[in-house]
Amino acid sequence: MSKAAETPLALYIHWPFCRAKCPYCDFNSHVSQDVDHARFAAAYRREMAHMATHYGAGRKLVSIFFGGGTPSLMPPSLVAGLIDEAERLFGLSDDVEITAEANPTSSEAAMFEGFRAAGVNRISLGVQSLRDAGLAFLGREHSAGEARSAIMAARQHFARISIDLIYARRDQTCAGWVSELREALDLGLTHMSLYQLTIERGTVFHSRARRGERLVPPDDLAAEMYEMTNDIMTGAGLPAYEISNHAATGEACRHNLVYWRAQDWIGIGPGAHGRLTVPAGRLGLATRRSPAAWLESVEDAGHAIDIVTEDGRADSIAESLMMGLRLAEGVSIPALEARYASRAAHLDETALDRLVESGLVEIGGVQLRVTPAGRLLLDWILADLLPG
Amino acid sequence: MTAPSHIRNFSIIAHIDHGKSTIADRLIQVCGGLSEREMTEQVLDNMDIERERGITIKAQTVRLNYTAADGEGYVLNLMDTPGHVDFGYEVSRSLSACEGSLLVVDASQGVEAQTLANVYQAVEADHEIVPVLNKIDLPAAEPERVQMQIEEVIGLPADDAIPASAKTGAGINDILEAVVTRMKPPEGDVEAPLTALLVDSWYDAYLGVMTLVRVRDGRIRKGMKIRLMGTGATHVVERVGVFSPKPTPVDELGPGEMGFINAGVKTVSDARVGDTITEERRPCTEPLPGFKPSVPVVFCGLFPVDTNDFSGLREALEKLSLNDASFSFEAETSAALGFGFRCGFLGLLHMEVIRDRLEREFNLDLISTAPSVVYQMTMTDGSSFNLHNPADMPEVTKIATIEEPWIKATIMTPDEYLGPVLTLCTERRGEQLDLTYAGNRAMAVYRLPLNEVVFDFYDRLKSVTRGYASFDYAIDEYRPGELVKVSILVNGDPVDALSMIVHREQAESRGRAICVRLKDLVPRQMFKVALQAAIGGKVIARETISALRKDVTAKCYGGDISRKKKLLEKQKEGKKKMRQFGKVDIPQNAFFEALKMGDG
Ligand SMILES: Nc1nc2c(ncn2[C@@H]2O[C@H](COP(=O)(O)OP(=O)(O)OP(=O)(O)O)[C@@H](O)[C@H]2O)c(=O)[nH]1
Ligand SMILES: C[S@@+](CC[C@H](N)C(=O)[O-])C[C@H]1O[C@@H](n2cnc3c(N)ncnc32)[C@H](O)[C@@H]1O
Ligand code: SF4
Ligand SMILES: [Mg+2]
Repeated sequence: MSKAAETPLALYIHWPFCRAKCPYCDFNSHVSQDVDHARFAAAYRREMAHMATHYGAGRKLVSIFFGGGTPSLMPPSLVAGLIDEAERLFGLSDDVEITAEANPTSSEAAMFEGFRAAGVNRISLGVQSLRDAGLAFLGREHSAGEARSAIMAARQHFARISIDLIYARRDQTCAGWVSELREALDLGLTHMSLYQLTIERGTVFHSRARRGERLVPPDDLAAEMYEMTNDIMTGAGLPAYEISNHAATGEACRHNLVYWRAQDWIGIGPGAHGRLTVPAGRLGLATRRSPAAWLESVEDAGHAIDIVTEDGRADSIAESLMMGLRLAEGVSIPALEARYASRAAHLDETALDRLVESGLVEIGGVQLRVTPAGRLLLDWILADLLPG
Repeated sequence: MTAPSHIRNFSIIAHIDHGKSTIADRLIQVCGGLSEREMTEQVLDNMDIERERGITIKAQTVRLNYTAADGEGYVLNLMDTPGHVDFGYEVSRSLSACEGSLLVVDASQGVEAQTLANVYQAVEADHEIVPVLNKIDLPAAEPERVQMQIEEVIGLPADDAIPASAKTGAGINDILEAVVTRMKPPEGDVEAPLTALLVDSWYDAYLGVMTLVRVRDGRIRKGMKIRLMGTGATHVVERVGVFSPKPTPVDELGPGEMGFINAGVKTVSDARVGDTITEERRPCTEPLPGFKPSVPVVFCGLFPVDTNDFSGLREALEKLSLNDASFSFEAETSAALGFGFRCGFLGLLHMEVIRDRLEREFNLDLISTAPSVVYQMTMTDGSSFNLHNPADMPEVTKIATIEEPWIKATIMTPDEYLGPVLTLCTERRGEQLDLTYAGNRAMAVYRLPLNEVVFDFYDRLKSVTRGYASFDYAIDEYRPGELVKVSILVNGDPVDALSMIVHREQAESRGRAICVRLKDLVPRQMFKVALQAAIGGKVIARETISALRKDVTAKCYGGDISRKKKLLEKQKEGKKKMRQFGKVDIPQNAFFEALKMGDG
């Protein structure tokens, strides 16, 4: 079917293991001493084959992303094997982006060479903070010095490097964050993900917060930090292309753009999600979350898909807006309507007028965008904009 | 028909929870009114709300057949009454239909405020009072101490009290014997024209309007044409019966007897309690004294959360009032809450109970405004009216005087809490009338404005005495007061549902309390919101809600989509529940929470 064939396809591979569980993290990550790498390797291959047969439809991949968990704990040979297998099953586009997330410790830095050799061409380092006190608060296993060394090591092998930082931490001041951010900019990287600390359900931080501990600054201060961050990053030539993601021109993470543009991707590994455009709207796939259960299911049935959802056009359009308005580029309304062959009321027009009038949303040509002033209120705007 | 000499009519009276209904259970059981299988705990509390809350709301009458120690068979008519002060009206009606009272006192608690209030009523009704010390099975029971208390506080001889346990059945036979030997039989002339008191009326889904009667003279039987002397209406008696406790038909009721009749009466309000029933063909000359009608003293607005439920609420109120003539309602419109009803109740518990029943039995979701009392307004042009709703208060310049209802309150408390209790009463503009001690319990009698009591007096009293105080009151008189209307403004617009009438001295602190509370309840908006309390044009308290700065998900990737969608749905749901106020979106429950002032 021609439409889907035009839509780019990406592959997400989830590695669910970490050396330790961070107290703020709600990703599907587990601490395990004895991971049977051979069994997992075989299972990843089988599930990839299943997905390629049923959902690949002869489309080349524009991106592969090893996420986690901590994928830098994967044996490089496994990474290499999976990239080869992906090439065999799907084919890779000429400028394919292959990213791996890595934790910035010395032992992992030692693997960078192997990852490069395996075909990884972009690395995303979970630095989280350049302050030892910040790292200790976040319960990280590495120091700021170690993180800097890891960045140095990555430089020797990768042209494209991104780092993650978590800010709006307890006791952090605006001035403190600004100086930390400037030091990060001095590293001369072309991509940075700057996340405000979020207290997620089911994490250690969540139960501490529920017991009354204050872990994040008040909203007003956090808002100020966010605006300051955007100003500084824009000034440094790395404006926000997404709510929390900053890049120099042409350096945006192509894989994540697939999510935000509501394009197509396949996910393999425990708790991986995939979403694909189908004639009726969007197909959602999710695999079993528990590594052991996932392994068994794949060995049993060739895949571990346990949730399949099918969204109609209205919901698919809602997804496009929900994700697309995160991007500075916004969403093209005519393109959206053409894509889902729908002119159904997907926006609350009176709410839209009100939002435009108050300067939170703008319409530039055919693009609907959230203004810099509206970014901090995106969830509120979406609840207003999407018809109930 | 039983000869009056072999009839005993008695009420069971007590403070709330001292065990009236459970004693009634045992009496019914011993007399064989119900089989083992039919018996439940507090079998007479048959309304859902009574069973759920474990309290009696509606008085119930049961006829028992008892063979006494003297070998004679007696008919005992027992009336179980509610203990809570709001339903005191049920007690006074029951008392006027009987000659004696069983005064139940919890042997682990002792004499409480309603014990006293009920005793005074029973004395006034010229009753023979038999004290019962209940719950002697409890380890904490102190029958001797409580016996002394009964003698000291109430003035009944200590030796007359019967130790009993409704739980184990101890003393139940002694109670029955005392009823027969110590209480007076009813009097009456079977040959005289029919004179019967209409004690109660209610709606029964199967039998229609039921009328509980107590015959003084003459007899009432099926087919008889009767006249209700108050309304003048005539009806033909279709059925005569007694509660045993199941409704059981009998041929007739004679002097001193109690039972029910069905007489083709359409609505409960047509069978007015306190009316005198006589025979159309041979009427009596004088009606019985009857009772003063119960009047609602506490009012509040009830509004459906979903505006589409308005007509459903009207139907529900109409249905409930078929059964409970003691509450009133009339349509009301509020800018904040939409269409609803202003309803009048006997007290706060009554209000809660009706609200509960509306929500549960009729599946409605309701918001109620803060309870208020009835003010007597006299205007400068000489006219006057009763004000039921603070929102309707006229312009100050046109008001000559405002009078508010005062009550006479009796508070009993362990003496270690007396200090805080007296402080509370003073804070609430109370005037002390009496202060006495019995052992380590103190009894304070105060005159208090009712408006202070409906505010949060119970909660405060409970908290300063750790729940050990008891409280009873009777409406006293209307008195002029320095009262003002406090309006609550959101960005300059008054929220009618939140306005309140308070004493001038309390205006500022109450106004501030509401603003502070609202500040936490009204979500931040896209702009700054001012919350103000004002008397007329004068602002007396102010809080500001700063504009919403941040509402965004920091990190959102491929796997977060379904979760994010659910969050969005929830956020949209929440927005739907908002009421637009000017430009401000206020969730409905904010009104509700702000109105639950409590001890905030
Ligand atoms: N241990 C013990 N508990 C009792 C006894 N009599 C009653 N109770 C308990 O006391 C509580 C109140 O009993 P009720 O019979 O409902 O009291 P009441 O006086 O009818 O209460 P209201 O009608 O609400 O005023 C219930 O939990 C009973 O089980 C008794 O003799 N011993
Ligand atoms: C899959 S996670 C981490 C990858 C890698 N295991 C690591 O820890 O470096 C991706 C990023 O999300 C961010 N993140 C995770 N939990 C967060 C939270 N509760 N609040 C803000 N950012 C968070 C962190 O910056 C993290 O690097
Ligand atoms: S933040 Fe990274 S290292 Fe920490 S638990 Fe989450 S996935 Fe693992
Ligand atoms: Mg009871």
